[in-house]
Amino acid sequence: MDLKRTIREKIATSIMLVFTGLSCVLLFVMIFALYFRSRPILFIKPIQDLLFGTVWAPSRGEFGFFPFIIGTLWVTLVSVAIAVPLCLLSSIYLSEYAGARIREWTKTPIDLLAGLPSVVYGVWGLLVVVPVIKDYIAPLFGSFSTGYCVLAAGIVLAIMIFPVIIHISVEVMGYVPREIREASLALGATRWQTVKYVIIRKALPGIIAGFMLGLSRAFGETMAVLMVAGNVPRIPKSVFQPVYTLPALIANNYGEMLSIPLYDSALLLASFILLLVVLIFNIISRLFLSRIERSIR
Amino acid sequence: MDFRKIEENFFKVLMIFSTLIIFASLFWILIIVAIKGIPAMNLAMITQAPKGGFYLGKEGGILNAIIGSLLVASGSTLLALILSLPIVLYINVYLTKKSRLAMFTRFSLDVLWGIPSIVYGAFGFSIMLFFGLRASLLGGIITVALLIIPIMSRAMDEVMQMVPIELISASYSLGANRLETALKVVARQALPGVLTAVLIAFGRGIGDAASVIFTAGYTDSISFSLFRPVATLPLAIFYQLGTPFPEVQARAHASSLILTIIIMLISIASRYLTKKFKSFVVK
Repeated sequence: MDLKRTIREKIATSIMLVFTGLSCVLLFVMIFALYFRSRPILFIKPIQDLLFGTVWAPSRGEFGFFPFIIGTLWVTLVSVAIAVPLCLLSSIYLSEYAGARIREWTKTPIDLLAGLPSVVYGVWGLLVVVPVIKDYIAPLFGSFSTGYCVLAAGIVLAIMIFPVIIHISVEVMGYVPREIREASLALGATRWQTVKYVIIRKALPGIIAGFMLGLSRAFGETMAVLMVAGNVPRIPKSVFQPVYTLPALIANNYGEMLSIPLYDSALLLASFILLLVVLIFNIISRLFLSRIERSIR
Repeated sequence: MDFRKIEENFFKVLMIFSTLIIFASLFWILIIVAIKGIPAMNLAMITQAPKGGFYLGKEGGILNAIIGSLLVASGSTLLALILSLPIVLYINVYLTKKSRLAMFTRFSLDVLWGIPSIVYGAFGFSIMLFFGLRASLLGGIITVALLIIPIMSRAMDEVMQMVPIELISASYSLGANRLETALKVVARQALPGVLTAVLIAFGRGIGDAASVIFTAGYTDSISFSLFRPVATLPLAIFYQLGTPFPEVQARAHASSLILTIIIMLISIASRYLTKKFKSFVVK
């Protein structure tokens, strides 16, 4: 009887250890697999031609990723520029000014916002953001736009990354010890001065980590961007011009990629680039956050 | 008037304004989805598969995609649960808080969480080519499972870390070994959290499009076979919007309303279940 328990324990332990080990190596397997599949094109074309080439014509064997890389950066930066000030102010409000009841109440909408599928964001973008830009915002700045543009993608993405940024910012501001806050108030500082000189300074690494996680989320977002960005492989000159991002490129072309030589390899190279960029941002921000977590324990 | 007071009030107004914008955007999205979706909604949408000429505006519904999405999401949630429960129990019961392996596992799960779903799609597609699989329900289930394992395990991990050490010690002192403690004490104590994690992962699985576009494919017929392509709701919405016909686009709006309702139901269910199962937890 006791032997049976011991054997069961032994077997279970090794199974659990194997699964845990697998979860640790999955990342490396992904990196290796995507690299392995993108090798054919890396052998034939020099990497700088791929990264900085501006002509995208797979049927003629030309694979210049530059417009897509710049396009992805444009869209990401616009979304971060919109999301950062709004999220920062809102997180400060939720963490420092709002009462416990408001904070509790706001959790549900933020969770819902995080849970909405990206296609739904895309549908909203098509129905609201695209026409508004076409009819009102672009003419306001004296330019013509179809509405499918950098700005549309940026606005939709900004809303998608609100929950990520707010969640982390509110959490790290909550880590700031109460005594420090009270000391600042006792010295006669106003609430805003306490926020400005104490809280923000203390929570800055965590807030930056939150921004970076939001940024990497925006960088890799596919469907919503695919639906509203216009998808023209040219470097945009203003926010009202259409744009084609790396994730949209991958998702849009999987159908034809097996019929043109090197096309599948090029698309997997695109996902490899995407993985590396997102990985760097994620690792840095997670290191920031785990250091903060350790310092409060 | 005092400058500091003006500054204080100025920023306070700004903060409330930003918070309102953020919450208004959620309601704006929900309201638009409802307004555009309700007129195009009819019974055929949820009881029929697409018939001939569906994408030209003829009859049919998206039952194929609803069933397909439920199959992909439940299959992958089950697979992810089978794979992540041992991981989470291992790092919480078998390893100590300061263990290197536990810390590294948490770290890599966090990083995996941040990887975009299109990358999972490309990775899943590469694996499928390697094993000679075509776009199929099985491919979709495996890929989505990989996508939701980090979400599920970290959510379960959060609650298991809260299980008091005294409870675990009590279990050991009664003669239970680590496996028994893990399954009968820690897993049960964390049950509400496990349920929430499962539902969050299910919601993510049902709503994700970029990972299934390569791996699950698409079909207009209702299919239950593991080795045949299946339709999914997000892709159904995407393809219907891609047609130039207003009737088909209207159906896409109805489909996104259906998807949104499913997501809301999952969210409500998770809140309700968490509350209900709290009563089994030792405080």
